[in-house]
Amino acid sequence: MNKELSKKAEKKTSDDAMIEITDMHKWFGDFHVLQGINLTVQKKERIVICGPSGSGKSTLIRCINRLEEHQKGHIIVDGIELMNNIKNIEKIRAEVGMVFQHFNLFPHLTIVENLTLGPIWVRKVPKFEAEETAMFNLEKVHIAEQAQKYPGQLSGGQQQRVAIARSLCMNPKIMLFDEPTSALDPEMIKEVLDVMIDLAQEGMTMIVVSHEMGFAKSVAHKVLFMDFGQIVEGNTPEEFFENPQHDRTKLFLSQILH
Amino acid sequence: MEEAIKMTQTEELKPPVTSVGVIGWAKNNLFNGWFNSILTIVTLFMLWKIIPPLFQWAFIDSVWHTTGKACRGIDGACWSIIPTNLRFIIFGFFPYESQWRPLLAMFILFGLLFYSRNRKHWTKYLGYGWIVGLFAMGLLMMGGLFGLTSVESTKWGGLPLTLLLSVFGLTAAYPLGVILALGRQSKMRGVKWLCVLYIELIRGVPLISLLFMSSIIFPLFLPEGITFNKILRAQVAIILFTGAYIAEVVRGGLQGMSRGQYEAAESMGLNYYLTMRLVILPQALKIVIPPTVSILISAFKDTSLVVIIALWDLLKTTQSVLSNPEWMGFSREAYIFIAILYFLGCFSMSNYSRKLEKELSAGEQQ
Repeated sequence: MNKELSKKAEKKTSDDAMIEITDMHKWFGDFHVLQGINLTVQKKERIVICGPSGSGKSTLIRCINRLEEHQKGHIIVDGIELMNNIKNIEKIRAEVGMVFQHFNLFPHLTIVENLTLGPIWVRKVPKFEAEETAMFNLEKVHIAEQAQKYPGQLSGGQQQRVAIARSLCMNPKIMLFDEPTSALDPEMIKEVLDVMIDLAQEGMTMIVVSHEMGFAKSVAHKVLFMDFGQIVEGNTPEEFFENPQHDRTKLFLSQILH
Repeated sequence: MEEAIKMTQTEELKPPVTSVGVIGWAKNNLFNGWFNSILTIVTLFMLWKIIPPLFQWAFIDSVWHTTGKACRGIDGACWSIIPTNLRFIIFGFFPYESQWRPLLAMFILFGLLFYSRNRKHWTKYLGYGWIVGLFAMGLLMMGGLFGLTSVESTKWGGLPLTLLLSVFGLTAAYPLGVILALGRQSKMRGVKWLCVLYIELIRGVPLISLLFMSSIIFPLFLPEGITFNKILRAQVAIILFTGAYIAEVVRGGLQGMSRGQYEAAESMGLNYYLTMRLVILPQALKIVIPPTVSILISAFKDTSLVVIIALWDLLKTTQSVLSNPEWMGFSREAYIFIAILYFLGCFSMSNYSRKLEKELSAGEQQ
């Protein structure tokens, strides 16, 4: 995490917006989880979302590939609005990579089969080509030698790197990370974060729900703080950590940065 | 330093002598504690009381090639009933001179089943093999082509009938059960309730009543002159019945799948059909192999219930041999014989399921 990344504040037109969320609301039953979210993510922008548990951060990124449905407002991903149209949803999901807290690899398939499943069946890529891409991405996450094993034979950190490689095989335009390191043992966190930093350097558009503040500092263009279903504050990492505006942000930061 | 750690780890410590070898095994498994020792002794005593007389009856005092009359005088088992009536027990009323045809059909069936044991053989050629095999079996049983005399299905009986009802009953019931289980989980209300209704209705009645309905009530609803084959009707009843049970077992497997597996598949852009086929069902069906095989085994045995709608399956042909005055009274021998046949069927099913389970879980222990 010592690698400082160039974070030029380029001026961007709205054509460059990868994700546009306007006044988005979501309820679980009567519980108002997301209360009017407004968020624009530019191409190649990297955003880290933090906040206390139950604040709606995971729900927010799960709405972006419609694992959860929002009930009000608009979400536009790569120019396509998310609506109750099944065809659109699968198309968008193929473009949006998602990495889960609990990896969610397919335990009945080998690592390389995990990686080729999506490309072969969704993208209709020929098998050998999909396998080439799979090996390329496994190299990238430094785990190519495990290709023929089953997920259950790998450590948590290795599994999470495989999960990242699996998403990359779909050649996504955006990567969503839902607390990618919080189910890992401490000594495995770094290997996963390193892979994510590599990704960031390649210019991937990323939204990361995480409490890894070191990662946020070195990689993010913007850090958002969420609480009670709202984005309380969003700023560059420097400003966010040095000069938090809201009391709730200050309290949260004081709790996690000892 | 590292060397020293390694040394202490690899230093071998042999287990105490009393815990290995035959004596160690007996001590650990048969005589650990006074209660187990008593159990062992009682069991050994009972075995000593049961096994020798049974052996005496079955093998020493028994006769193998006599007439029924000659059997009357002896103490042992009269196995003669089997070889003398074997062809009727196995083939029922199938014309005597054509009985090689069902025999050949059974050999084809066993050959295909045996070859299909190995999952490496599951290619499209095996699929073609089954299609050709089924066609050949049908031809052999029905005849009417290539110079084979036509045989009415009312004359089918014995082992071929039992195999026909069970092999096709089970292979058709399994996919039906999977579809019903998926339907029961469906988000579409109509489909869901239809499946629930079906499953609960079928599970709510005994198989016997379904068989009666198929053979007696169902024809009443058909227009005059139209009849369905009786065997086919029984077959359908067995499929419908077994399918409902399989559906519930498969549903259990589906509910055991974590939400994360669905989400991971969906977030890749896989649609419902592909998610189920590639991700969910392979795992869910594997989990439920043991209960599924229990259902298949009991369905296999339940095919003997077709006796009550006057189909001459293996059990019925045996019973009719026993009603022959010459052989009356030798039911022990006859029933032991068909029990062995049923056992072979059930045991090979459960054996295969264990093999399959082992193969499928190779390498993926968490």
